[in-house]
Amino acid sequence: MRRYLDIYRTMMKVSILEQLQYPVANYFYMIGMIAEPIIYLVVWSTVATQQGGSINGLTPQYFAAYYIVWTLVRNMNIVFTPYGWEWRIREGQFSMSLLKPMHPLHGDIAYFAGWKVVVIVLWLPLALVLSVIFKPDLDPTIQEGIVFFVAIWGAYLIRTFTLTVLGLISFWTTRVSALFELYFAAELILSGRLVPMSLMPDWVRKLAWFFPFQWTFGFPIESLVGDLPVNQLLLGLGMQLLWIVIGIGSVSILWRFAVRRYSAVGG
Amino acid sequence: MAIITENKDESCIIMTLSWEVKLPPIIEVQSLSKHFQVPEREKGLKAAVKSLLKRKYRIVKAVDEVSFSIQPDEVVGFLGPNGAGKTTTLKMLSGLLHPTRGTLKVLGFEPAKRQYDYFRQMTLVMGNRNQLSWDLPALDSFELQRAIYAIPDEKFKKTLNEFIELLELKDLVHKPIRNLSLGERMKMEIVGALLHSPKVLFLDEPTIGLDVTMQRRIRSFISDYNQRYGATVLLTSHYMADVEALCKRVIVIHHGRILFDGELSALVDRFSAYKTVGITLEDSSIDLSAYGEIMDRDGSRVTLRVPKSTTSEVTARLLTDLQVDDLTVEDPPIEDVIEHVFSIPAETEK
Repeated sequence: MRRYLDIYRTMMKVSILEQLQYPVANYFYMIGMIAEPIIYLVVWSTVATQQGGSINGLTPQYFAAYYIVWTLVRNMNIVFTPYGWEWRIREGQFSMSLLKPMHPLHGDIAYFAGWKVVVIVLWLPLALVLSVIFKPDLDPTIQEGIVFFVAIWGAYLIRTFTLTVLGLISFWTTRVSALFELYFAAELILSGRLVPMSLMPDWVRKLAWFFPFQWTFGFPIESLVGDLPVNQLLLGLGMQLLWIVIGIGSVSILWRFAVRRYSAVGG
Repeated sequence: MAIITENKDESCIIMTLSWEVKLPPIIEVQSLSKHFQVPEREKGLKAAVKSLLKRKYRIVKAVDEVSFSIQPDEVVGFLGPNGAGKTTTLKMLSGLLHPTRGTLKVLGFEPAKRQYDYFRQMTLVMGNRNQLSWDLPALDSFELQRAIYAIPDEKFKKTLNEFIELLELKDLVHKPIRNLSLGERMKMEIVGALLHSPKVLFLDEPTIGLDVTMQRRIRSFISDYNQRYGATVLLTSHYMADVEALCKRVIVIHHGRILFDGELSALVDRFSAYKTVGITLEDSSIDLSAYGEIMDRDGSRVTLRVPKSTTSEVTARLLTDLQVDDLTVEDPPIEDVIEHVFSIPAETEK
């Protein structure tokens, strides 16, 4: 355990040092990413205003809070994608990671976790500017703040494991990115990424219960902006834990078969 | 062979010297094969559509029934042309690839089981693969290696300082990797790969693309590491200077099969049908073509290629017939022998 703590600490440090090499590039990347939530925010705020000030009780200020928090959750959700898996397997870049006395996933988790530390620091001034412009209705309690902090890391882990499962398929076919597009489409609808889940039709919300998506977007955001009761907050954290366990189990099983398939040519 | 037994419980060191003991091999490979199933089709649209319905495959025998063993602290050259099966074999030995057939053991481990205890005792260096962070000074990446391999702080500092001194890296370890030359980067990669003091080194083209001075420096470092740590080394290289400097023994693999396993000098004996005769004459105008194939003429010095079976007869004739100032008989350069071996078609080997 102590050894793994040391690995995580050192890998996170390396990641932070790497990100600090390119602070401007990182900032531009973040600014580029806010285009998506700003579009959603403007569209839904306009619709709410035209419908007399709210949709299903959600005001433009609620949407502002939702989509500003969205920007942080989205950044926390960035993990090693199947595109990356495809590249490192096809090019043989995975060879060196496979020969270390630890599971390569530890490296990925720690590396991206280090990146998140930089992301959070960079996000704060950005959120301030957005708040001044869009005036969000955001007044979380300490309890909600704590749940949110745990939930964004939970979301990070869930997405890491689900996309690792997809990425591991690269051991069988080096064209897994098509599958990722399908995943992305489902995530857009069933996660709360496009629109708060409460605005989705009933059947979509029921369907979302069978997938991990809403625990990676909708739940972390609503834990901070949605005034959820304690039982809902605990249910959300519990569901996150469940999906993390499912993710670890799936990766472990798939890994055993996948690693036998590794055959990077010339790598 | 010297065996040193250390009995820590009794705080004493018992040294036993035995010059005839044969230790069990560190690497043992028996009938090892790796076959790949490769899809293939004819060119053109029709064949592309047809392949959607019925795909044709071909079996490529990258490694086929290979057997060898390597003793502790041996440095063995693993030679073969591109596509011979060298890297595939190294990947199986390191645990990256699962063999199709056969058995292999390294340090008593089955590499395919991918046990972490095994990974802590071996390393694979690939000349065309990097494991150090591109944007950071090597020291940061070395620190990560320390954490991953759980190297105790004291040992880490001692080993790192030793390597920095041996490879003259003092001024380079603080520079980001991206700012280093190819040779400097390779030296850093090697340091990173050896920090955990592995007992077995698989080196795949460690000097590829480097200039002669850098090649020499890396060769000398590998040799030094082998002697200091008693490490076993299996090395592939297309540079014969690497092999001649480091390896007493070579294994030649070609078309996935072992073609030769023995001392480097024996390789020359077996595969070279010629000797090189150098002769310096008083009269440089004499035609020597009747004695052998003229390979080079430099003033009064002529180099002849003579069939091995007639070397003694030809040299005797030269000394009898001509006024000779100097005469040397040598094996041909190792490069020429290897080139000859690599040109042997698959059928001939079988």
